[in-house]
Amino acid sequence: MRLEPISQPSLQRRLLPPAVAIAASFLIAALLAQIAGGNPFAVFGLIFKGALGSKFALLETLNRATPLIFTGLAVAVAFRAKLWNIGAEAQLYAGAVITVVLGTGALAWPAPVLLPTLAIGAALAGAVVLLVPALLKTRFGVDEVVTTLLFNFIFLLFVSYLLEGPLKDPMGMGWPKSSRLVPEARLPRIVEGLRLHWGFALALICAVSVWIIDRKTTLGFEMRAVGQNPEAARFAGIPVTAVILKTALLSGGLAALGGFSEVAGLKGSLTLDLSPGFGYTGIVVAMLALLNPIGVVAASLFVAMIFVGADSMSRAIGVPTYLADIMLASALLLMVLAILFTKFRVRRD
Amino acid sequence: MDLFDILLSASFWAAAIRIASPLIFATIGELICERAGVLNLGIEGIMVAGAFAGWISVWAGLPLWGGVAVALLVGMAFGALHSVLSVPFGLSQHVVGVGITLLATSVTFYTYRVVLPEVSSPPKIQAFQPYEIPLLSDIPLLGPALFSQTPLTYAAFVLALITGLVLFRTPLGLAVRAAGENPSAVAAQGLSVTAIRMGAVIVGSGFMAVGGAFLTMSAFDSFFFDMVGGRGWICIALVVFGAWRPGKAVLGAILFAAFDALQIRVQQTSLGTVIPYQIFLMMPYVLSILALVLMSRSAQVPAALMVPFNKGTR
Amino acid sequence: MTAVGQGAERGTPVLRMEGITKRFGSVTANEGISFSLYEGEVIALLGENGAGKTTLMNILFGQYSADEGVVEAFGQPLPAGAPRAALDAGVGMVHQHFTLADNLTVWENITLGTQGLAALSLRPARVKAKIRDLSKRFHLAVDPDARVGNLTVGERQRVEILKALYREARVLILDEPTAVLTPQETDALFATLREAIAMGLSIVFISHKLHEVMAIAHRVLVLRHGRLVAERQVAETHPQELASIMVGGDVGTPDVPAMPAGPALLTLSKASAGALRDADLTLFAGQITGIAGVSGNGQGALSDLISGVLALQSGRMEIAGKAPDKWDARRAIAHGIGRIPEDRHKTGTIADFDLTENAILETYQSDFARAGWMDWTKARQHTEHLIQTYDVRCPGPETRIRLLSGGNMQKLILGRVLEENPQIILANQPVRGLDIGAVNYVHSRLAAAREGGSAVLLISEDLDEIMKLSDTIHVMSEGRLSPAFARGAISASELGKWMAGQGFEDAS
Repeated sequence: MRLEPISQPSLQRRLLPPAVAIAASFLIAALLAQIAGGNPFAVFGLIFKGALGSKFALLETLNRATPLIFTGLAVAVAFRAKLWNIGAEAQLYAGAVITVVLGTGALAWPAPVLLPTLAIGAALAGAVVLLVPALLKTRFGVDEVVTTLLFNFIFLLFVSYLLEGPLKDPMGMGWPKSSRLVPEARLPRIVEGLRLHWGFALALICAVSVWIIDRKTTLGFEMRAVGQNPEAARFAGIPVTAVILKTALLSGGLAALGGFSEVAGLKGSLTLDLSPGFGYTGIVVAMLALLNPIGVVAASLFVAMIFVGADSMSRAIGVPTYLADIMLASALLLMVLAILFTKFRVRRD
Repeated sequence: MDLFDILLSASFWAAAIRIASPLIFATIGELICERAGVLNLGIEGIMVAGAFAGWISVWAGLPLWGGVAVALLVGMAFGALHSVLSVPFGLSQHVVGVGITLLATSVTFYTYRVVLPEVSSPPKIQAFQPYEIPLLSDIPLLGPALFSQTPLTYAAFVLALITGLVLFRTPLGLAVRAAGENPSAVAAQGLSVTAIRMGAVIVGSGFMAVGGAFLTMSAFDSFFFDMVGGRGWICIALVVFGAWRPGKAVLGAILFAAFDALQIRVQQTSLGTVIPYQIFLMMPYVLSILALVLMSRSAQVPAALMVPFNKGTR
Repeated sequence: MTAVGQGAERGTPVLRMEGITKRFGSVTANEGISFSLYEGEVIALLGENGAGKTTLMNILFGQYSADEGVVEAFGQPLPAGAPRAALDAGVGMVHQHFTLADNLTVWENITLGTQGLAALSLRPARVKAKIRDLSKRFHLAVDPDARVGNLTVGERQRVEILKALYREARVLILDEPTAVLTPQETDALFATLREAIAMGLSIVFISHKLHEVMAIAHRVLVLRHGRLVAERQVAETHPQELASIMVGGDVGTPDVPAMPAGPALLTLSKASAGALRDADLTLFAGQITGIAGVSGNGQGALSDLISGVLALQSGRMEIAGKAPDKWDARRAIAHGIGRIPEDRHKTGTIADFDLTENAILETYQSDFARAGWMDWTKARQHTEHLIQTYDVRCPGPETRIRLLSGGNMQKLILGRVLEENPQIILANQPVRGLDIGAVNYVHSRLAAAREGGSAVLLISEDLDEIMKLSDTIHVMSEGRLSPAFARGAISASELGKWMAGQGFEDAS
């Protein structure tokens, strides 16, 4: 078997394999739903209804998509530069921690000053958290996949310590939970009365910004060059190490904004279950989006829809919600294969 | 009890060997994959799947060794999926590995919920019991530490020994090592790089799953969602720490496990009241990162690790 | 030369390829190629890069299966697409890019794939004894226990030949075997090959070096554009005829008339960096300075140093009389150094970037961006200009560069470099792998730059190229640089001695 590059892939060539990949992941989920005793049509019907069937459901889906846009962008930015950041989970928590540290009364500022401060503080914290593995990579050649993964465990334990110690809510009846944010530190709702906060808008702004950086700036050019061929980039005079570190800062910052958005927009305080794996799901989102920042928004909405819908479906007919995780994991694997088929054809010779 | 007492107690070393056993299985599995040139980041999820598969099979009525066999097969199945994507198709081993981990984990949790929909706490099984090897187990200190373990622990050490022999003393092992060093050398001698690499990933993944099964069938007697808890990632660090050699990897796993056993005991001393327990729990992960940094300068990494081999790509 | 086994009674051919046709998509790599090889015979496969030699050998070795045609060894047909079949039938290949694992020992490399994979032992003693025996018989001295990574290039080639002999090959295929050898090592290789022929082996010798073909082969097959265009007995032809058949017409070479040297633009004194040791080198305006030598003798380090990829460890480097205080690729470009890298695929271009992005890779910051924002319109105009001026054949500036041929890729790199009017031009293996037309284009552009007053540093392992173009020649061996020799003041065999490392002791 041999892979032969396709010189000018047709539109069909570029669209069909990803579509088949998504369809196949639906098919796998349908089979598994059947095994669990759920009629596949009923299962998917309930998923769609649960995610899109009412105003409440739709807003829930948008809310769930918000952190995924942030982590998806973080992963996309990093993966484009071949910086394998699997630590968006830790970076998200870093942003959440800073939001809580500064937003629970430490700074008595009005909202228009406080909120940007929290956002910037959060982004910086996330940037620093990814900077450590990035430096270990550039200085010692340590594979960042493993270090960012290990950092997820370390940082979660650190958050656990904070929530049982310095950040523990004195009124929390002993639960590991932080104090609530002051009202000035809360992200307001976009439309009064609708349960959708400005974190969603911030996520969209970030997606557009990343797209602009990617296409229109020297940094974006450098990041793509380093990702595609670091040796050629170095030869051409692009400061490869600096670009990797800048990428890390940007990626870590984006993930951390997700933590800020979740705490300031949705939860109002920090608990250990703030993220049900948003960092890892960000990888799925980014791959489904083919690492395109605008695509990340669409992929986040899709993934959030599956998750929210699966929750509601599971409550209704008892097929486990993990069906959604299986579907997305298989979509991830099928999608990387599909991307290959958009660029190569398989030949037997 | 001070540090000295801990380090001289047989129960401490017995615990270290027990904690090391699943790490040995999985580290050897990962080592086989990497020697052939494939980084297998599916390890964490495969361990989860193995832990569940072995345990649930025994719960369903299979004998203990039958459960081990089921875990092995489940691991090999996920390994087969990994190898198809990462070897002939040459997809990013990072992305494929993370994807396999996500898939194996979610399939496991889904199956758990389907098989045991009602339970609030998972059922227990009759796990492997320690087997005292006659005579050897009577040696002071060493006996209780090394020779009063469960059969699965003995199997871990035997596996490491056999892996070492196969890798360095047989034509098959030579082919595996060469595939990880320079696949074109293998292809030029008429061997199939694809087959060798796929075989290594499949077999290695099987061992990872047995490592997971050790947790539910020997270390404990039940399955919990977070029970693997990053051990897979630690094993990847152990492969590096062991310089891709089975013997050194086993020593690394024992050293590592000893630290782990130590922190559990230190937690119960007066120090444990001063230092937050999370610091102790962090130690394995921090140590792994330290190990990676320390060994980063050594050049023994297989030259073709993570380099896909596509013959005749034009 | 008298041929050893090409007498009247030829018997069954040891190797026969009949009507081989192979297409890749719309490209026909081989078309109806037929030839036979007889016992004790050496045939040469001659042809430019891309003529189809490699594809043909890959079909023989089962890496590809032919669309049409049959392959026979010793009268038995070889199944298509089975890599082991040719090896098992006694056909061995010595690849141009060695297929050895550096971290394994010599004996491990040799025994790889020769024992059943189910066997319980490698039986190292037996393997080593057989290797020692073969080394003795064929005069291929090498230590079976040495790690391949520690061997010289010449020794590695011996291991490759031993690999084939160990498998009891009766037919040896050698792909550009002399590309990595000094002239003296080449002589030793030829001696070994003659020995092998005398023992009844047969050889296919793939090369583009005419004088070597004339020296070793009995028969020459010339491939052009995937077709067998001529077959000649060596005794009945001459190099000029073969050259014109190979390229399909007469070859014009650029004229490099002598001209006076200008001021020194770049000077290295006792410079050490990476594999480069205590090098003294001066590049003068209006001169081409050639660096001859077998690849892997420090040329990479010299090239990296001047490119700005490698920093000086000791010694001194001056550009236009001043030593730069910091040194990296960007500073090298700013100092007016134009760089044509050795590997245009890996270092020179980014395969999935389009032509525009590749064209501005070195100058995006200074010329095509303002305050961090890219000016893509200007970049595209610049690229279109390069495409026109340097005759880059492509659909347009949006084409991904991986789709271009080597020659067109190199033209774009050439344009990228020359458009900046560099004072100093580093050309590292600038024509490797190009067809004659592109070779001449690159050479004439370099000659024109020299005429325009640039100092050109030409690094090549092709001695003919060096001797044809250079005003001054240095030889590199084991990281050392020989004194400068003026053009015409030194013979090829004299240069060969330096390449083999002789003379350096006296010089230092």
